[in-house]
Amino acid sequence: MLDFLKTPIASFQDFLFLAGRSFLNLVRRPHYYDDVFLQMDIIGVGSLAIVAMIGGFSGMIIALQMARALNTYGASSQVSAIVTLTLVRELGPVLTAIIVAGRNASGIASELGSMKVTEQIDAMRALGTDPIQKLVTPRLIATAVMLPCLTVVADVIGMVGAYLIAVPLLHVIDTGAYWATSWRALVMNDLTQGLMKPFLFGMIIALVGCYYGLRTTGGTQGVGRSTTQAVVSACIWIFVVALLIDKIFVGL
Amino acid sequence: MPHDPILEFDKVSLRYGDSWALREISLTLNPGETRIIFGAAGSGKTTLLKAVIGLVEVDEGRIRLFGQDVTSLRESQLYGLRSGAGVLFQEGGLFDSLSVGENVEYPLLNRQAGDKEISPEDAEKRVRDALRFVELEQTFDKFPAEISGGMRRRVGIARAIVTEPPLVLYDSPTAGLDPITANTIMALVAKERDVRNSASLIVTHRYQDGEIMSDFRYDPEQEELLPLKNGADQRKRDRTKFIVMKEGQIVFFGTRQDLENSTDEYVKRFVRREENHAQ
Repeated sequence: MLDFLKTPIASFQDFLFLAGRSFLNLVRRPHYYDDVFLQMDIIGVGSLAIVAMIGGFSGMIIALQMARALNTYGASSQVSAIVTLTLVRELGPVLTAIIVAGRNASGIASELGSMKVTEQIDAMRALGTDPIQKLVTPRLIATAVMLPCLTVVADVIGMVGAYLIAVPLLHVIDTGAYWATSWRALVMNDLTQGLMKPFLFGMIIALVGCYYGLRTTGGTQGVGRSTTQAVVSACIWIFVVALLIDKIFVGL
Repeated sequence: MPHDPILEFDKVSLRYGDSWALREISLTLNPGETRIIFGAAGSGKTTLLKAVIGLVEVDEGRIRLFGQDVTSLRESQLYGLRSGAGVLFQEGGLFDSLSVGENVEYPLLNRQAGDKEISPEDAEKRVRDALRFVELEQTFDKFPAEISGGMRRRVGIARAIVTEPPLVLYDSPTAGLDPITANTIMALVAKERDVRNSASLIVTHRYQDGEIMSDFRYDPEQEELLPLKNGADQRKRDRTKFIVMKEGQIVFFGTRQDLENSTDEYVKRFVRREENHAQ
């Protein structure tokens, strides 16, 4: 009766197995440091421009919308506090993760998928290398380290973007008050969840990308399918985990 | 002189769902011997090759490679054992992100457990030797995407033999290649066998590949393949045996002569001559 659940449960089990082996490899030799730095460059430095741009525009949009809404209550000077909290707690981590998922979960899935269908993964195993150690663990480390960094960049540029709207354009607050209000609005709880989220999202993006890449079958068409599935799954899991973390931190 | 077999399959079976990928496969391979494996698509040829080095786990039976039971080893324990076998994958299996030289060097630098460290100078020398063996030394710095399909296959052979393994597995070494390139590849496979006395397991669709392995030998002085003489070279001829697989089972095992004399309709399908003969 519950046969339809077999496939998704088996897939999730395989995913957990892959995740477990990737984490175990963190303490096992050999370590492929060159691959870690290469992936940090591809994922981190490569995503910097788009993340900065999206962060900046998000800050501007929130500032515009909030300034108008807050003006109704005569509280438009609170725009900096609202923008800061929204960006640091939620929008910074989630938007950055979605961008990196679109850019890198797809990249990882298509790269590993192509390697799978052209027998490069089997060749790697045949030549005495563990593909999880060589391919998955470096991507896991690189994404988990770089996504929090990218999120900080997106948050800061978002706040600068909001500043440009709130101070020079709308004149709802002066410069000193803008930054002082922003700083006062933040508490440790906000910073903790603002950094913990991208750390977990980074792991999700790397593992989901690798998982779909490594299970690719069916030639080039299969690579396309894996890429799409990786992005969709990573985005869904990002929102599910965001909700769970919010539930934990809002209760604190 | 008796040898310990390099490879032994003892009633090996593997099922994918309702169909048999391998069914009670038993075979033995000694040093210097060649097995040519024919079979329709999906008959289990590639699965058999992958099972040799534990790339697929079998359900039943025992596989002994270099005296060790592959079926009882964990993946992490297999890495050392696998480095004793060279593998040529159907598409070459070259890493796109590495240059030709780095691809061929890969098995030398990644061999595990018990091997001596190899200096970069020694590694490069051996890589160049292997590439010279397949007559592609000039491609050392190129990337796989920059060379032709036949050249990729030859680089794959160089990578498979750079560690001078006692066993080389070839998965469809000539598939999709023109007859001239295919014959060049098979000449290299025969050369590898005769120069180093390595054992080979060759999956192929071309009857002519088996003919080259069975009826020709590489002459190092003339640097070309010469036909084996009837009678005098019979022992060399007998080192090459043919296997025909159907639905995961071995339905034929014997010499080229036995294969040509077979009356089985399925087996006869694989005995087919082509216009272009071995070079």
